[in-house]
Amino acid sequence: MKLKKLATCFRCLGFFALLCLITGLATAPAAFAAEPAQKNIILATTTSTQDSGLLDALIPIFEKETGYFVKTIAVGSGQAMAMGEKGEADVLLVHSPAAEKKFMEAQNGINRRLVMHNDFVIVGPPADPAGIKGSKTSPEAFMKIANTGNLFLSRGDNSGTHSKEKGIWKAAGLNPEEQPSKWYQQTGQGMGQTLNVAAEKLGYTLTDRGTWLALQKNLGLPILMEGDPLLLNIYHVIDVNPAKWPKVNAPGARAFSDFMVSPATQSIIKTFGVDKYGSPLFFPDADKKVEDLGK
Amino acid sequence: MELILEGILKAIALLVSLDPEVLGITALSLKISGTATLISLFLGVSTGTVVALTRFPGRKLVVSLINTGMGLPPVVVGLFVTIFLWRNGPLGFLQILYTPTAIILAQAIIATPIISGISLAAMQNLPANLRLQILALGATRIQMFWLLIREARLPLLAAVMAGFGGIISEVGASIMVGGNIKGYSRVLTTATVMETGRGNFDVAIALSAILLLLAFLINFLLTRIQQRERPR
Amino acid sequence: MTAAGPLLQVKNIVVKRGGIPVLDIPDFRIERGEVLSLLGPNGSGKSTLLLTLSSLLKLHQGKLIFKGREIDGRRSELDYRRQIAVVFQDPLLLDTTVLDNVASGLKIRGMEKAGRLRIAAEYLERLGIAHLAKRSASKLSGGEAQRTSIARAFATRPAILYLDEPFSALDPPTREALISDLTRILRETDTTAAIATHDQMEAMRLSDRMAVIQQGKIAQAGSAEEVMNHPVNEFVASFVGMDTVLTGRVLENHNKHRMMIAVGDREIEAVGNFPPGEQVLCCIRPENVTLSTDSPEEHSSARNNFSGRIVRIAPHGLFYRVDLDCGFELISYITRISLDSLALREGRKVKASFKATAVHVIRKST
Repeated sequence: MKLKKLATCFRCLGFFALLCLITGLATAPAAFAAEPAQKNIILATTTSTQDSGLLDALIPIFEKETGYFVKTIAVGSGQAMAMGEKGEADVLLVHSPAAEKKFMEAQNGINRRLVMHNDFVIVGPPADPAGIKGSKTSPEAFMKIANTGNLFLSRGDNSGTHSKEKGIWKAAGLNPEEQPSKWYQQTGQGMGQTLNVAAEKLGYTLTDRGTWLALQKNLGLPILMEGDPLLLNIYHVIDVNPAKWPKVNAPGARAFSDFMVSPATQSIIKTFGVDKYGSPLFFPDADKKVEDLGK
Repeated sequence: MELILEGILKAIALLVSLDPEVLGITALSLKISGTATLISLFLGVSTGTVVALTRFPGRKLVVSLINTGMGLPPVVVGLFVTIFLWRNGPLGFLQILYTPTAIILAQAIIATPIISGISLAAMQNLPANLRLQILALGATRIQMFWLLIREARLPLLAAVMAGFGGIISEVGASIMVGGNIKGYSRVLTTATVMETGRGNFDVAIALSAILLLLAFLINFLLTRIQQRERPR
Repeated sequence: MTAAGPLLQVKNIVVKRGGIPVLDIPDFRIERGEVLSLLGPNGSGKSTLLLTLSSLLKLHQGKLIFKGREIDGRRSELDYRRQIAVVFQDPLLLDTTVLDNVASGLKIRGMEKAGRLRIAAEYLERLGIAHLAKRSASKLSGGEAQRTSIARAFATRPAILYLDEPFSALDPPTREALISDLTRILRETDTTAAIATHDQMEAMRLSDRMAVIQQGKIAQAGSAEEVMNHPVNEFVASFVGMDTVLTGRVLENHNKHRMMIAVGDREIEAVGNFPPGEQVLCCIRPENVTLSTDSPEEHSSARNNFSGRIVRIAPHGLFYRVDLDCGFELISYITRISLDSLALREGRKVKASFKATAVHVIRKST
């Protein structure tokens, strides 16, 4: 009698079962459950390292070598550091030196190490209506864009690129964010999206070289200004301070940051992208000092 | 135009060659959204049925909460699930942030009110005396529950469609709570966003095509069942 | 053990809706083997009573006693419901085949498949719908669907079969056929049944006993003959078809049997025993009033003969309804043939006659 009832129930379940079949639900939800806590490392990083594909090349090697599992959360440098400040990430790979210094001063991170650099470039429409080509410094180029009122697309997302851009405006003695105008627009999105928007709207923007190289084939936005020491884009790796946040996976973070500055990794960084773009996307710097870069 | 054509060609190439990464992402999307739909189905159908069949104080409030929940913005769900699942958040001990489980949780939260709402309406649309008739046939409460669900199976199927369709195409919550981690929590929608950001429009188009195809196939299948059930 | 007692007994039941009592029955019984009608107009509470008797409605007070045992608690309610069956006005079939519908009550009771399908097939046969066995219940006509519902009820071989206005939604020919089939099957299976209906003819044809429900209370219960011919109050009288109800006062009482009653400035002779001076109601069935155009009174054996003027003539089913003014209002039903042979028309003077025994006298309630 019980069985009969069950049979009725199961018949009703017939179409549920069908759905399960469609979706290939052979695996129970439990199969997704988190692995042992200490195995997971949360890496908060900037979009450029993910969008360029560098992390896709490095992380599998790291995971294979160490047995850790890296959860890469690609956000802007600002948000990455905000996660670190709350102890929601274990290790950061970021490129916003000014903000990083504040982060370190507040005891949020330890063991900040130089990993690599590339540089920022200013790109814009091929016709260069603001005439920034030939400018000696990036603030000079920005000034020309502002003075001619040509469209400039800002990330506007507190990323490393955004904070670099703000630094340049400051050096030019301007603050377009405080005096909103038609020619200055913020996308609030990642570098790739912002470049796409700039390409669509024929605007200028500041981009890291790596992302630009990866996207340039579809963009039609040539480099109009490069080589200014101010445009250096420097990446550091920072362990989130375990003294402040006991739940942080300190050994994992340390293992990852060590990995990033190890000679083997540095040599991969050195050649990464050459086969695809003809030139490297990043320059390894583990044995250098910030002051020596770009010289 | 060239870009679109190129994208479509690449998409076909990816599909025909059964690219393991694309297949993996597709399978993961199906697993995650399928599991979330299944969970929502059980929660939603029972909630909808209980609310439809019982009278209790505050019932009106529950009904309007369900109806509001049907339009719950995924990003809002994503944000709150993230905050709750943070290591230092109230549910941090679960350690499921940035895992597929977290995406399942968020998607189930999005889909449950949708399925509850539609189930509620489906149950209320059954003839008013049907419940009494089934009891009069000698049914226990559990038998009555199942018989009523069986009677409402077609609209409930629509609920499944709506729920599954809503979450497989959802991106905001998935990216926030799942983190779009390669080979782990990267699903069709988050991968599409990322590939667009990377400028890989061809891959993005391929992923979108798969998403569309999937949504179409599932709806097609469910509609077929529905048509076969009631050939009117 | 309690075979002698009533099959079902209710005691002091009260059912409320929105705090207002809609049913209040101090004592009521269903006897073994009887077919009982719950007769009442819409909204009188007959369906509520039926649902209460079948334990489908919550009691606010009182109890149901089935085969001598009180029904209390979920367990005994379920046991009881598995010994009864209910047919609603809407067939309320499940979305499956006709055969599976008829077998559904047995399936719920856990009967194995072969057994329940055999019994279901038997009752499909009895209701003349065996040819529909494999058809989807959603594709039946109203009559076929109600036959399926009735077959489903009989298939569980209920101790009591409840039917709530089972024919109201059907067209007249379908209803006629189904009523005669139901009557036959009830007799063949010797099933105890209770039928809620608003149709007195339906009640008379189907049932041994009637209970007339008035505003949630039982106004009168008794054999069909008793209720039809001896209604206890004006409500029951008019509901069972005594269209003429006249207020009067008893003038004389001969031998506690024959009375003269003053109605307006006329006098009616009636059978009954009320003291002189009593305010009474005289209830007269229209079919018991005959009309003639002959002036002399000698041929009539009836004690009551009045001349009156025809106010209105209107068709009424197979008859014509003639409204007369005889100093009081009197209604008569006559056939088409009589109408023609007497050449009746509105405004014409006629003689109306009815026997003293045709006048049912009840005390006027104050």
